[in-house]
Amino acid sequence: MKVTVTVNGSEYSRDVEPRLLLIHLLRDELGLTGSHWGCDTSNCGACVVWLDETPVKSCTVLAVMADGRRVLTVEGLGSGAALDPVQQGFAECHGLQCGFCTPGMMLTARWLLDRSPDPSPAEVREAISGQICRCTGYENIVRAVLWAAKNGGGR
Amino acid sequence: MGCEERRRPVTDHEIAAHGTGPYGAIPRKEDARFVRGQGTFVDDISLPGMLHGAILRSPLAHARIVSVDVTAALAHPKVEAVLTGADLAERGLAWMPTLSADVQAVLATDKVRFQGQEVAFVVAQDRYAARDALELIVVDYEPLPPVVDALTALAEDAPLVRDDLENRTDNHIFDWSAGDKAATDEVFAAADVTVGCDMIYPRSHPAPLETCGIIAACDAVTGRLTLWSTSQAPHAHRTLYALITGLPEHKIRIVSPDLGGGFGSKVPVYPGYLCAIAAAMLTGRPVKWVEDRSENLMSTTFARDYHMHGEIAATADGRILGLRARVLADHGAFNATAQPTKYPAGFFHIFTGSYDLQAAFCEVTGVYTNKAPGGVAYSCSFRITEAVYLVERLVDMLARRLGMDPAELRMRNLLRPEQFPYTCPTGWQYDSGDYLRALALAMDIAGYPELRREQAQRRARGEYMGIGISFFTEGVGAGPRTHMDILGLGMADGADLRVHPTGKVVLGISVQTQGQGHETTFAQIVAHELGLTPDDVEVVHGDTDRTPFGLGTYGSRSTPVSGAAAVLAARKVRDRARLVAAAMLELSPDDLEWLDGKWRVRGDPERAAGIAEIAMAAHSALELPAGVEGHLDASAVYNPPNLTFPFGAYICVTDVDPATGEVKVRRFIAVDDCGVRINPMIVEGQVHRGLADGIGMALMQAIVFDEAGNCLGGSFMDYLLPTALECPSPELGATVTPSPHHPIGAKGIGESATVGSPPAVVNSVVDALAPFGVEHADMPLTPAMVWRAIQGRPLRSDLALG
Amino acid sequence: MQVPAQVEYEKAASVEHALTLLARYGSAARVLAGGHSLIPMMKLRLAQPEVLIDINAITDLCYINLTGAQLRIGTLTRHAQLLDSQLIGEHFAILHDAERVIADPIVRNWGTVGGSLCQADPSEDLSAAFAALKGTMVIHGPDGSREVSAREFHTGPYETVVGPAELLTEITLPIRPGGGSGYQKVSRRTGDWPVGAAGAAIWLSGDVIADAGIGLTAVGATHFAAAEAEEYLRGKIATEETLARAGEIAAENCRPASDQRGPADYKRHLASELTTRALRLAVARARGQAT
Repeated sequence: MKVTVTVNGSEYSRDVEPRLLLIHLLRDELGLTGSHWGCDTSNCGACVVWLDETPVKSCTVLAVMADGRRVLTVEGLGSGAALDPVQQGFAECHGLQCGFCTPGMMLTARWLLDRSPDPSPAEVREAISGQICRCTGYENIVRAVLWAAKNGGGR
Repeated sequence: MGCEERRRPVTDHEIAAHGTGPYGAIPRKEDARFVRGQGTFVDDISLPGMLHGAILRSPLAHARIVSVDVTAALAHPKVEAVLTGADLAERGLAWMPTLSADVQAVLATDKVRFQGQEVAFVVAQDRYAARDALELIVVDYEPLPPVVDALTALAEDAPLVRDDLENRTDNHIFDWSAGDKAATDEVFAAADVTVGCDMIYPRSHPAPLETCGIIAACDAVTGRLTLWSTSQAPHAHRTLYALITGLPEHKIRIVSPDLGGGFGSKVPVYPGYLCAIAAAMLTGRPVKWVEDRSENLMSTTFARDYHMHGEIAATADGRILGLRARVLADHGAFNATAQPTKYPAGFFHIFTGSYDLQAAFCEVTGVYTNKAPGGVAYSCSFRITEAVYLVERLVDMLARRLGMDPAELRMRNLLRPEQFPYTCPTGWQYDSGDYLRALALAMDIAGYPELRREQAQRRARGEYMGIGISFFTEGVGAGPRTHMDILGLGMADGADLRVHPTGKVVLGISVQTQGQGHETTFAQIVAHELGLTPDDVEVVHGDTDRTPFGLGTYGSRSTPVSGAAAVLAARKVRDRARLVAAAMLELSPDDLEWLDGKWRVRGDPERAAGIAEIAMAAHSALELPAGVEGHLDASAVYNPPNLTFPFGAYICVTDVDPATGEVKVRRFIAVDDCGVRINPMIVEGQVHRGLADGIGMALMQAIVFDEAGNCLGGSFMDYLLPTALECPSPELGATVTPSPHHPIGAKGIGESATVGSPPAVVNSVVDALAPFGVEHADMPLTPAMVWRAIQGRPLRSDLALG
Repeated sequence: MQVPAQVEYEKAASVEHALTLLARYGSAARVLAGGHSLIPMMKLRLAQPEVLIDINAITDLCYINLTGAQLRIGTLTRHAQLLDSQLIGEHFAILHDAERVIADPIVRNWGTVGGSLCQADPSEDLSAAFAALKGTMVIHGPDGSREVSAREFHTGPYETVVGPAELLTEITLPIRPGGGSGYQKVSRRTGDWPVGAAGAAIWLSGDVIADAGIGLTAVGATHFAAAEAEEYLRGKIATEETLARAGEIAAENCRPASDQRGPADYKRHLASELTTRALRLAVARARGQAT
């Protein structure tokens, strides 16, 4: 069936099977491979994107559920050549190593800072508690988000 | 407390300054693409005409295969091919060699030997259709009783796992030992105090966030096979594929693009890779196979699974005399551990730890069971995780028996700086160490005496906190090629340096980052040697067509081995540059000295030439002396003379709720010494991860099996990994004790914290439970395990509870 | 990643439309709300419905309203909304306690209260919480709506009284004076299903416990409730002794099963310990001594 989604500000229409997962629409149909997948059971959060205003685990959402809605992926963070402060923070603070969990982490961080511009470290940890990183031990991710909060974190 | 307040800065006197220059905490070059979501991981790649593979796996742990019917699958409109064990057998591909001189089934032919074993490979037009087609394959199994509990694998009536091997009548794989048994027995017989304990290091899994996968593409015209693959050792894989498939090695190209973590799990060649290659050859189209998470957890290399009995002998006043250990190693259905050939138990015999011992002896027996193959993975430094866990638990148990503070006991027995290089009772020569300083620093950061006072006060109020120490010595950077080879390939690695006419440099290395930051740290290494900036140096890795041969990244070997190769290659370039500079300046080479990043005239340092100008000159029409070749390129192969021995002192503070068994990790202090630190920010990132690993393994991670051999850890709902909420903000310190034999004194850091942290956490929890009389409790210390330990009715952590 | 089998899809525009579709497809259909219980099961192919009826467009079902002495929660309310709701925090702290430990913040953005209750996992936290609060489930069907007590809603693991042509639309909670509530959960790691969890709601009349509601999950308690322990508490003064005894009674009357989260004896112990702790918290809140 036909699904129309606005991703990072551009509208796309595709004919898909109802069972197609949103993460596969983004990666395989639209070639937006910045969002990743890492598990079968909605635990790891490598697939986090925004659906309308909130981050969701896009491996647990059908593409057809996103019909008529807006999606934000890592490719839509920042504008043009300019990085979002969250992206800058991750680079500044070594908040990534292999980079696989990073897009999801950054999108959750962006959402957190939009709602809570000056979070405590505990609030940052709570916000990312549904997402797994195997490389950083989380410390530098937290530092990256706090850096972004202090350095132009508001959009 | 906020993380800024908790984090103590590392002071100058604690870190040896090693000059100015490109070493230092510079941001990483690779981040530019990753923060934009522009990394290229295997599943991101799509080729024209590409097909998708999926693997049908056995639901049973042990069964004879009666028949495999793929008719319905082949009839699916989107299915292009289906491979079975029989199909592969016709092509001599049904079995493949493992890294431990055994064979492993690619697709099962006679029997299945673990739940999750590969049985058939479907190739379809898209990944959803491939998954659908799996359900159309009908396999008739005749179930057999499985061997699940390693402790029963050698029983008389144990079912035989490997009846495919000729003359095999039992599940015994190997016996191996190290040390002096007689001397050790004597020491134990004469000791005032001996303490013994059974302990399990449960089966766990590295679980990198990106699962394993491959795209295989054959070019029928050129005969070239190109593979994009999640491989930590692409060159070794290339050689293996050549040997297995018969394809000429120079026609095989492997590209490891960006890897989403590895931790040892992307070292082996997996059946799915070979299936994809076979399918690509059969269909003439590129075939992609990427495993799902359950496949990853159930069939790729697990880690640990050591059933250990350890003993420690000491004098009454706390001098440790000797250590003894007996280990039963569960290797799963095929012996596929990845370690140097002469060491079937890896480097376990470094279980002598960081102490001055008179004698030590260990024996390890490996057995087959009906579980997935593997064992050496997850940052174990070839079984050093197991060794350090054993010795550090025993030391704590000894402290308890003697009524001595565990820090005090360690202080009395740690090796002194003047004892290095130190040869331990099992033959390892530790290169350098300053142990007491590291432990003192850790205790200082932790505020150790205050913690003990707090503990006493809390106990009086019925609150239970624990303080656990772990001191570890690692042996990494394998290794000297005459002693260490994998599948006959000596563990020496190469580096190629090309210097362009404008003085920009390309370094080709054989190791493969999975997030460790090689593109930055190796640029720093070369820039430091050549007076350049890291931006002047481009690091190329992961493409076997463009890089020199080597054994890949694992065992923290990249800096000790490839780093050294890069240094040697850079110094060759520098030496060559001296000859060219001498020609440029019309002087003798002896008139020049290397100072502040340039060749300078002795006594007249303003007259100088840097690498950029020398490079241009080397490519120009400048007349060069006899014997001096043009250009500045150089390469080197580094054969390490020894391992390097990073070490560290960790302290973990936990709070335990005895009514529920819940454990909260309050603080984690870690002092690491990895010799010279090229990029302290990257070093610290490695330590952060290892501390999280320790929390995970100590408190929640285990791959458990039930009596029927069903794997109960096949998803992230069951195989739990720590989140940001379980990991406190780490408090790090560092000392620098350079390696005397490494060209820049660096030792490697990647696995240290994974090695050192689990015993710190377990020691902490057991310390918290001391008032309840708990002397030991096995990992993972879930609330149920802790509560049961308190009740005096401990649970076995590696078998199913229900 | 594992992927679902083929399925057909319908989008419901209203409750009436949903009921029409459910009537047409019967048990071949499953309701799709947040999908965070159903879609994971479909990916593992443990559930293979023929048709999905997506109700996410029925925004009318997304509300938290105070109507007189009743709090009414629309079943399409997302977990995150329940957690963010000041109204809920004011009247039923137990729901905030429970939501804080359900799954993770991202899953809570999309998973729904109704979806979790209808999934009816024997370890579902909200089932225990609503049982403690003695809520009422409102179910719409072809013949209009009916009400079922939260304590009669579940008929077995993964089974509820909602028929194939029916839709759970609302949960109502009576607001009574002197109330306080709380939830206590033990899990192996944040976001994991509980090893054991207890929710308690207390209504005090002076010092006396006028009524008590105790919900238990993951420990095999009948209808997620500890009725015998509630009976014991009614009319008693809340003291350490009576709360501890209530915990013991709750534990005596549940039937936990051993699994990888823990052996049965440990879970039974948790039933006791956590019931007492939840009661303690509920009483403190009822007395205005805690938030």
